[in-house]
This record gives sequence, C-alpha cells and structure tokens, in this order.
Amino acid sequence: MTSPVALTLPLRVKAAMYFRLLALQGSWNYETLLGTGIGFVMEPALRLLPGGVRGEQYRSALARESRYFNAHPYLAGVAVGALTRAELDGVDPTRIERFRTALAGPLGSVGDRLVWASWLPFCSLVAIGVFGAGGSALAVVGTFLLLYNAGHFLLRAWGLRTGLSRGLNVASALGNPVLRQGPLYIGRAAALMAGVALPLALQRIAGPGRMLVGGVITASLIGILLLARLRERAEGWRIALGVLAVFVLYSVLT
Amino acid sequence: MNLAQALPIGLLGALLGLDVVSFPQAMISRPIVAATLAGGFIGNPQGGLLIGVVLEMIALDTLPFGASRYPEWGSAGVVGGTLYAAQSPSMPGALPATLLAALLTASISGWSMVVLRRTIAVRLESVRDRLEEGSRDALHSFHLMGMSLDLLRGALVTITAMLIFAPIVRAIVAIWGAESAASHVVVVVTAAIVAGGALWKVFHSVRHVLWFFLAGVAMWGATLVGRR
Repeated sequence: MTSPVALTLPLRVKAAMYFRLLALQGSWNYETLLGTGIGFVMEPALRLLPGGVRGEQYRSALARESRYFNAHPYLAGVAVGALTRAELDGVDPTRIERFRTALAGPLGSVGDRLVWASWLPFCSLVAIGVFGAGGSALAVVGTFLLLYNAGHFLLRAWGLRTGLSRGLNVASALGNPVLRQGPLYIGRAAALMAGVALPLALQRIAGPGRMLVGGVITASLIGILLLARLRERAEGWRIALGVLAVFVLYSVLT
Repeated sequence: MNLAQALPIGLLGALLGLDVVSFPQAMISRPIVAATLAGGFIGNPQGGLLIGVVLEMIALDTLPFGASRYPEWGSAGVVGGTLYAAQSPSMPGALPATLLAALLTASISGWSMVVLRRTIAVRLESVRDRLEEGSRDALHSFHLMGMSLDLLRGALVTITAMLIFAPIVRAIVAIWGAESAASHVVVVVTAAIVAGGALWKVFHSVRHVLWFFLAGVAMWGATLVGRR
C-alpha cells in the first residue's frame, strides 16, 4: 500500500496536477459533477503507469477516474492524491471504486462547512471592515484576496500532498483539527468581525450625520431580527431585489 | 453605451465569471473585488468599491454549495461597478438604480450557469464512449470546451446586461424623485438586513456566537468614543 512510486512523483507532474486542480470544475455538469475534472487533474500522473499513454492501464485508469464524483473543490485534492497513489500502486479497481464512493460525501460536507460557510464570510467581513475603517480600494481588495487565498491555496496544496502520501488511508486526515474545529473558531471570529465591520461600513456608506447612522443601525437590527426568524425560508438577496424594485419604481413615478 | 464600449467590460466579465466555478476560484469574482476592478477599469475604483461593498453584503446570503442554484456575482459585480462608477456620486438615484441592475444581472447570470451545466451534460453524451475508452484527447477537449463555454457565458451576460441596463440606469437617475439621503438609507438598510440575516443563518449554531457579535459591537462603540 505504501510503495514509494507516488512519493517520488516528479516535481513537474505534481506542479501540473496542482495547476490543473485550479481548473477542476471546468467541465462541471449535472451528470458526472466533478468526475471528468478528477480525471483531468490526475492525467499527468497516470502517464507514469506501465505502457504510458498508449498502455491499457493508463486508459482504464483514466476512464475509471473520469466517472461521477463529488467533493468540495478545495478538498478534492485529497481524493485526487489518494486515487493517484492507488492507481500507481496498482490497487484493485473494485477497491478504488468503493473508495471513491465512500470519500465523496465527507469531502463535500467538511469543505462546505470550512470554506463556504466559514472562511469566505469571515474574509468578506474583514474586507468590509477595512472599507469601514476608511481603507482605499487597493487596501480592501488586497486584504480580501491575500487573506482568502492564503487559506485557499494552502488548503489545496495540503489536500494533494496528504492524498499522495497517505493513499487509501487518507480518511484519518479528515480528523485534522483545522477541518474539525476550524468552522467553530472561524465562526466566532466572523461574529466578532461582523459586530465591528458592518456598523463601520454602514457609517461610511450612509455618510456623515449621527442621527442618520443611528436610524440606519436601529432599522437594520430590527430587520435582521425579523429575517433571522425566517432562517432558511427566506432568501435575503431576493428580498433585496424586491425591495429595490419597488423603491426604484416609487422614486421614478413620484 | 455601444458594443465597442461594452466589449472590454465584457472581457473583464468573462474572466471574472470564469473564476466563479471553472478557474481558479480565487474569489476575484466576489463583488467587492469585481466591482472595484470594474470601477478601476473606467477610472473610478472608489465608486466601484462602494457598490462592491453593498453587493458583498448581499452576496453573503448566497453560498456556492455544489449543485444548488445561486446568483453569479462575478459578472454582476462588473456590471454594477461599471454602471455606478460611470455616474456622478451626487446623483441620488445612482446607487439604488445600479444596485437593482446588478442584482438582476446576478439572477440572470445564475440561470445562465444552469443552462451551461445542462449543455455540458448534453455534450457529455456524445463523447461518453470515448471517455469510457480512456481517451486523453476526448477528456482534454471536453474539459476545455466546458471552460471555453463558461468564458463565453460570462462575456455574453456582461455585454448583454451592459447594453440593456446602461441606458435604463441613466434614464432612471435622470428622473429620480427621492432625495439623496433617503435613497442611500434604503440601500444601506436593505444590504445590512440581508447581511445580518445571512450571517445569523450561517453562524447561529456556533456556541456563544451572539456574545462574540456583541463584543464586536462594543469594539465599534469604542472606536466611536475614541474618535471624539
């Protein structure tokens, strides 16, 4: 299970896989989801199989790895690395298929919680806070992109490296404290950030006038309480669209 | 705005639209970035930033979970940033009219992503046999076709939205009736409510989260006192 083949992948192959990982979802569709993307990312490593690109092992592995698969795109590197190692180690195809099926769910839910529901909102709030504190366009955009992508690119690299080094034993890596406890701590940091950043940003957008800012914040808090009661039943952006449409119509007609 | 003026903006929309899902998902498509870049593209990054922040607050409500349908903020950010940065900030209707145009673009662009994904699935049927044979050429061309179509999608959405909304926004701003302060307040309160509701939806299950939020509000209060 732990032959050195995958560990000694040439650097150019690892680099090609990492770069392709960024384009993992290029052919995302409702039938195979990430599947063809997984095959696309693994392809440079599969060329190392006996017989090369014209060999039977290469073709059957590429076909197998291009079938249905789903995961969070940033954590898909874990699967890509593990599957690459399994293919290069010559693991039985039936076992690889079972492994693919078992891994998809956890990689999706862990990634969604950590990235989409924690890291992304946190980074957005930090950038909004920089804006509220009077930051320039460059400072706001630079802060957001540097902060967010520090986490993004590191997570992708960690996933690929972990998958390649652990192979089919990769499940234990999902117990990593960052993946398990990260959403809790990032969530708290995001809540703290929201308390500072949102009022600061509202102040800057609404402009000078203490009464005006006080009114805006009071109205916002009441609205948030009402919206919070609706939770998943209401889509906030659709409400915003409706409110703005009515307001624009009113302002144009009166 | 004519087609020649809309084309460079369309190219920016195409690149940022590609970032949403296909490549490289580095979140340059988030409205706070996209709108600022678009504003900078026409020489007014601060204008782009302002509407970008408002759109970002609203975008907090939509998280790109897997196969779910969600608004596409890359092209919408470009359209919003360009339209707002082109207006005089003293015009009271500029912010609400542009924001409405950007939200409509986000909605339409989200629908275009669904169409794209269905189109790729249809195309999959015609190459399935070759993929099952392990054809490298078939896989590469299929994958690159998906990315190219996504690039084209972003460009088409952005150019179409610019051609439709630029004259409409200009007309709305010209005949706007409400006063400046009220116009800003409606936009700001709406964005704040959506952002607050979205954050509660995401983080309400985190233990002690309300205390952390209140601590943040206290820190904001301290900054107010410090400024006096």
